[in-house]
Amino acid sequence: MQAPAERPLSPHLQVHRMLITMVLSMMHRVSGLYLSLCSLLFVAWVAAIAAGPSAYEFAGRIFSGIALRLVLAAALAAFWYHLFAGIRHLAWDADLGFEGSAPKWSGVVVALLAAGAFAATVFLSPAGRWLLGAS
Amino acid sequence: MSRRRGAATRHWLNQRLTAVALVPLGLWFLIALLRQPALDYATVSTWLAKPLQALLAALLGAAMLWHSMLGVEVILEDYVHGKVFGVSLWLARFVHVAAAVALAWALYCVAGPGA
Repeated sequence: MQAPAERPLSPHLQVHRMLITMVLSMMHRVSGLYLSLCSLLFVAWVAAIAAGPSAYEFAGRIFSGIALRLVLAAALAAFWYHLFAGIRHLAWDADLGFEGSAPKWSGVVVALLAAGAFAATVFLSPAGRWLLGAS
Repeated sequence: MSRRRGAATRHWLNQRLTAVALVPLGLWFLIALLRQPALDYATVSTWLAKPLQALLAALLGAAMLWHSMLGVEVILEDYVHGKVFGVSLWLARFVHVAAAVALAWALYCVAGPGA
């Protein structure tokens, strides 16, 4: 039997009313876990470059399939969300943003910033247009 | 396994420090990548072979994999219990260390003295 961790564990969701702050908090965890998996793709990408041109082009052909382009687009969305939500968490650690409705509106700001940054990077960059399948 | 005194605090602090490092490093990598005119081999290998870019990629990889390990550890503590917990924690650590070693080797091949 494992000894319990020396910190409060995840709350029992059933006893709480669903709030936007809860949804955003879960999204932070889910996006973080997804980015953990995608960090292996980053390593694989550098390894493909190290392996040389033919290996890199081969990997590129695999990743231009629609399913894997969706995986990468989701990674881009997760990156922006986890970045902005993470900055909000760091502000909380500095004891900023707990008063009144601050957690609620800062959550809305985080969601809007992430959506805007995602849209901008998809529509305004060569790599983003590649994700959309334009080239 | 009872953790050493102060281990939970160090875990918390390391998670925040790597998070702060990842803000500029992550933004640098994503924006630099998206600004490349194309993602073909010649473009990305020339870019990543520059010493500063390779160094930043190495720092990004270190901060990212460390931050990832700390986060995965917390998730495993919350949702995995009993004997499976120890096994899954060991597996997660192994994958992260292996990824870090693979990244260091790959960057050495791309930007090292022989490249």
